[in-house]
Amino acid sequence: MSKTDLIEVKTRVSGQVIFVIAAFVVSLLLLSQIGTQTEWNDNARTIAAQPRLWPAIALAVMVVSFGLHWRLMRRRRPNGLDWIEVKRWVEPLEYLGWFIVYVLAVPRLGFLPMSLVLACALTWRLGYRSRTALILAALFAVAVTAIFKGFLGVNIPGGQIYDLLPDSIRSFFLVYL
Amino acid sequence: MEMVSAALDVLWRWDVALALLVGSIGGVAIGAIPGVGPAVAIAILLPATFSMDPIVGLTLLLGIYGSSMYGGAIPAILINTPGTAVNALTTYDGFPMTQRGEGRRALSLAYSASFVGGVFSVVCLIFLSPVLARIAPMFGSREIFLAALLGIILVVVAHRGQMLIAAALAGLGIFLSTVGLEPAAYTRRYTFDQSWLAGGIDLIVVVLGLFALSQAFILMTMDDEKVRLPRSRGSLFQGFRELARHPRVAAVSSSFGVLMGMVPGVGEFTAQFMSYTSARKLSKTPRSFGNGSAEGLIASESANNAVPAAAMIPLLALGIPGEALTAMMLSVFYVHNVVPGPGLFQNEMDFVVALYMALLILNVLVVIFLLISTGWLVHLTRIPNRFLGMCILLLSFVGVFSIRNSAVDCMIAGVFGLLGFVLKRLNLPIVPIILGMVLGSIMEVKLRTSLARVRDPLEFIDRPIAFILFCLIVIILGSTLWRVWRDWRAPDRRTPQKKAARSFVTRISGRSERHFENRTKQQRRRRFYDHLGS
Repeated sequence: MSKTDLIEVKTRVSGQVIFVIAAFVVSLLLLSQIGTQTEWNDNARTIAAQPRLWPAIALAVMVVSFGLHWRLMRRRRPNGLDWIEVKRWVEPLEYLGWFIVYVLAVPRLGFLPMSLVLACALTWRLGYRSRTALILAALFAVAVTAIFKGFLGVNIPGGQIYDLLPDSIRSFFLVYL
Repeated sequence: MEMVSAALDVLWRWDVALALLVGSIGGVAIGAIPGVGPAVAIAILLPATFSMDPIVGLTLLLGIYGSSMYGGAIPAILINTPGTAVNALTTYDGFPMTQRGEGRRALSLAYSASFVGGVFSVVCLIFLSPVLARIAPMFGSREIFLAALLGIILVVVAHRGQMLIAAALAGLGIFLSTVGLEPAAYTRRYTFDQSWLAGGIDLIVVVLGLFALSQAFILMTMDDEKVRLPRSRGSLFQGFRELARHPRVAAVSSSFGVLMGMVPGVGEFTAQFMSYTSARKLSKTPRSFGNGSAEGLIASESANNAVPAAAMIPLLALGIPGEALTAMMLSVFYVHNVVPGPGLFQNEMDFVVALYMALLILNVLVVIFLLISTGWLVHLTRIPNRFLGMCILLLSFVGVFSIRNSAVDCMIAGVFGLLGFVLKRLNLPIVPIILGMVLGSIMEVKLRTSLARVRDPLEFIDRPIAFILFCLIVIILGSTLWRVWRDWRAPDRRTPQKKAARSFVTRISGRSERHFENRTKQQRRRRFYDHLGS
């Protein structure tokens, strides 16, 4: 076990060149917009009071560092393996979609019902189709609602659907579920 | 003594006691599940703590931070998978011991070493408090600016082999902190005329995306692993007796943990590395390191558990977080209008001492809990990866949405989740982004206020602490640039014969006569000595 084995992190080679090129291009584009997206204050007493200073420093560091990293890479053009890795980066988009649908549905359909639906449906989608797995997922959703909304009182609005409930239980649902 | 009794008054509340208990037990459980880690847990719980008292919220988060590494040792030792990233070095010696049937001995050693590291750092913190209270007021705007700059530089330099990428990602963090309305002249920066960008990008949204959502994505796109829990015999108390035979290793490693924890941007990995290498050098059996050495296990565990308390020093004294977890805690302070920094030690010392005492009690609670519950905690490692990913996704929603009920925040967190996923796939660092965001905004404000009072550039470093910090920055930058230049030279791929021939040519070129004269002198001298010897 050498000294470098202990402290140095091994980066994944495949896909890195594409990430670095994309990051370099984005930072270059952002730097090119500095004139329109920030202002130069003529009344500023020192350079540190210029609103443009820190975005300029940050973007310059990004452009130089990403550019140098790209320049020093052994392989500066992407090959087939890089594109295979990029396909892996697209995989979580499906789960991001689930997340966004959940976010949009909670204020309408309520936290507890949507958490139950998401937990059970996603568990099914991920390949755990036994009754035990689905019950555990449902229990987890109930526990999250009870702990965070019921006990800790985190700020999640009650669902619009709860307005359809009778007066006697509506406020309980709105506050705790 | 008055201070201690005032601190006990702060802690003597049912909600603080509950937070301490939940934090310590929850932290151990979270640490024991590979793939979650304290960063994910703290990111998720952060918004929930905003509605609590500062001492309750911070005790809960500190509990998770301080105890997760105890729990992380369990899967590291038993199944060769570190529960948290900082337990990676524990696998080197812990798992070979498990393979020899000494799993319980290894666990016991890890718990005792962690306990010593944790308590040692809290004791150091308590003894350092008077010094900190005296030094902290000496930090004005320019000193805090230089300390934050030093922190950013150290974060970049600490990522050996990835320095350029770390610098670029720190730059990204600083850039993100500048988006929105600029605080002095109220001009818009990089908002692209979008109203939702005018308020800036929330640190907690970025943290949740980069740590929690990205981890959910990673887990949900992974395959499940079959975990086999090995059988092992022995008592969980034997490690405490064994640790007493290696007091030097524990003391040196804990000291490294405290020192490295205090330096912003360095943290557990460097502490572990330094303590492990020094323990190997001091050991009578250096060859056993990496093959189940008790000293190696003690070195890595005591070092990483000494860091959390020490990492609170720059946060409490200067308001400068040294790594991602303390950066998250900084936001809890700000939400409750408790401004960490020089004023905290002068005005709210009882609060600071209460935090130290909470850390001390936490270590005791965790060890007791672990001695009772290790038997069933090991079963947490059996939770399937993708199911765990689903759980984190659901909890991430609670974290992001509860900040201000904004779907836009959730989308921003989703984008950062994807970025974090890519960075994790490529093994690139995430911490520089978070520290860039936190330290970037501190640097901007402090540089503005300090330059307004300075007429001559040299006046900026005319105070002793500012001068020391400036010298440190120059030394670190200089040594790093020197090392990088040395490493960048093209490798010599010639054969040894060609190298020897080339060096011979260089040696005699232009001075062949002198070379041969020297040779002749040497031969004469040798003959002379030979003659004497005979």
